[in-house]
Amino acid sequence: MKKIAKSNLPELLAAMAARGKVYCPQPDGAGGSKFAPWTPGTPVAQGCNTRLGPKGLFFPQTEELVRFRVSGKELEIREAELREEPFVVFGVRACDCRALEILDRVFLSEPVDGFYKDRRDHGVVVTLACSQPEETCFCGTFGIDLTNPQGDVTAWEAEDCLWFRANTEKGRELLERLPLEDGEDAAVERAREEAREIAGRLPLHGLTTKGFERGRMLELFRRPEWAGLSESCLGCGTCTFVCPTCQCYDVKEFDNGREVCRFRCWDSCMYSDFTLMSAGQPRPTQKERFRQRFMHKLQYFPDNNEGIYGCVGCGRCLRQCPIHMNIVKVMKTLGGGEDA
Amino acid sequence: MRKEPLIPMVAQVTEIRVDTPDVKTFRVVGLDGKKPFTHIPGQCAMLSMPGVGEALFSITSSPTNPNFLEFSIKKCGCVTDWLHAMEPGQQITLRGPYGNGFPVEGDFRGKDLLFIAGGIGLAPLRSVINYVRDNRANYGEVDIVYGARSKDDLVDYPEIMEQWCREPGLRVHLTIDREQEGWDGHVGFVPNYVKELGFDVNKTAVICGPPIMIKFTLSALQELGFEKTQVYTTMELRMKCGIGKCGRCNIGDKYVCKDGPVFRCDQLDRLPDEY
Repeated sequence: MKKIAKSNLPELLAAMAARGKVYCPQPDGAGGSKFAPWTPGTPVAQGCNTRLGPKGLFFPQTEELVRFRVSGKELEIREAELREEPFVVFGVRACDCRALEILDRVFLSEPVDGFYKDRRDHGVVVTLACSQPEETCFCGTFGIDLTNPQGDVTAWEAEDCLWFRANTEKGRELLERLPLEDGEDAAVERAREEAREIAGRLPLHGLTTKGFERGRMLELFRRPEWAGLSESCLGCGTCTFVCPTCQCYDVKEFDNGREVCRFRCWDSCMYSDFTLMSAGQPRPTQKERFRQRFMHKLQYFPDNNEGIYGCVGCGRCLRQCPIHMNIVKVMKTLGGGEDA
Repeated sequence: MRKEPLIPMVAQVTEIRVDTPDVKTFRVVGLDGKKPFTHIPGQCAMLSMPGVGEALFSITSSPTNPNFLEFSIKKCGCVTDWLHAMEPGQQITLRGPYGNGFPVEGDFRGKDLLFIAGGIGLAPLRSVINYVRDNRANYGEVDIVYGARSKDDLVDYPEIMEQWCREPGLRVHLTIDREQEGWDGHVGFVPNYVKELGFDVNKTAVICGPPIMIKFTLSALQELGFEKTQVYTTMELRMKCGIGKCGRCNIGDKYVCKDGPVFRCDQLDRLPDEY
């Protein structure tokens, strides 16, 4: 295994940045952290999860698709160019890495979304195994090993060093140009063991997906508990925006007087106009919208994706929902799948 | 140019026909004057006017038409208001075709077909009906039940009267909701008319219209002895992408834009009823 002393982190990031931007967690000035381009001298945030995952680096919150020029009855069309810039994302946690695999299933399935694919092709994902999972973490519920994330490169923190393993060809190319030395990885195993012990003591450790097996779609859909669960939901959409797997989008336009710019932006199934048509509204109250979001994560998505759940247990919605409603409460209420 | 599913082509509207007080039919070709793409009856396409918006419409012309695409569009929102106000020669954007379409080369082959439409619901069925007419040997007898609020609201009335009604092996049953001067045909709602007509249960049926009409027509067919496996319908939900990614038309494990809009009624029973 390859390693570098943690004290040499700036040197490492500088080497990563030689061919493009390096995004890593940085303090956001509001007590949390966010993925931002690293520049020499900027501190790397400690702690577990960033306030938003790295989703936006591959699927930006707003993204131009095409521009139109309208003159009389004629239209001229100009496609947004792909960026095709290489970049590295350093410090992606196991949950967020699984979330990218989930986004891949949506955007890279036919017909392939070229904008997303461009960013995936040009981005190298360096994951970082968790050593201090938080009280809101429950990635283990979905079979994610927080001590062994994937991505192009996996990194571990152990004994004042960062350790690296390449998982893909892109990852091997990156490691080759970093100032790393060889080392025995016994320290990594000890660190993983410690992290697993911490994870085993977390409050949500016993949460399971019991009750959300395949084939229970209509039974779950019709459960009366949705009314109570959704009663206080404000429909603010915070859960969808901080969710690393939520991928619903809107397509909108902006007329700058010379051109019409068509862009897509994140949207939320929690919003009242999400499904509103001139012909009617199939989800008239917050109950239906709320139910859609959780049914999609726990039934509809897995039904289409070999049983892989659309939640990764990152805990962001637990921390950021203004009324403290979240997927864990939904799972406990409807599934009862908690051993603890 | 790369093939990006969300990026449309520029197309041109060459002809606009006024069908009813709130329905117009738009003839669309590519900038080269040719039909922009081939489709399966029942499939849809995204039309847009930059600055106004983009929306999904079913293609009403038959794939057997070699020259152009047609869209029958009811005026009922921002995009459709704009489309109704424009003039021929206008360029618009177009992308598609989207969705599964009707199984015209599968389950429909060799069958007696019963088409039941209400109002603008004739738009997607017209594509299948004309496809069947152009491939007559592949299908059995055809019955068409079509109802609208009034005589003036029957879409494609001239084509129905001059072509469909005169064609052997094809029976057209028209009805309007209320008595009207100059109308000596049937008066009454579609589901009741279907029951009155009392069709043979060996047919494959296709229903398209407002949700309430679909619901009661399906019940009427079941009363006549039809199984849900014999009845198809098409669905309409809000859509932005047309390719199963934006999430808007998700119902259960299906995306209406990609897995639909055509569903067999027994398939709908396995989905949450949020449509």
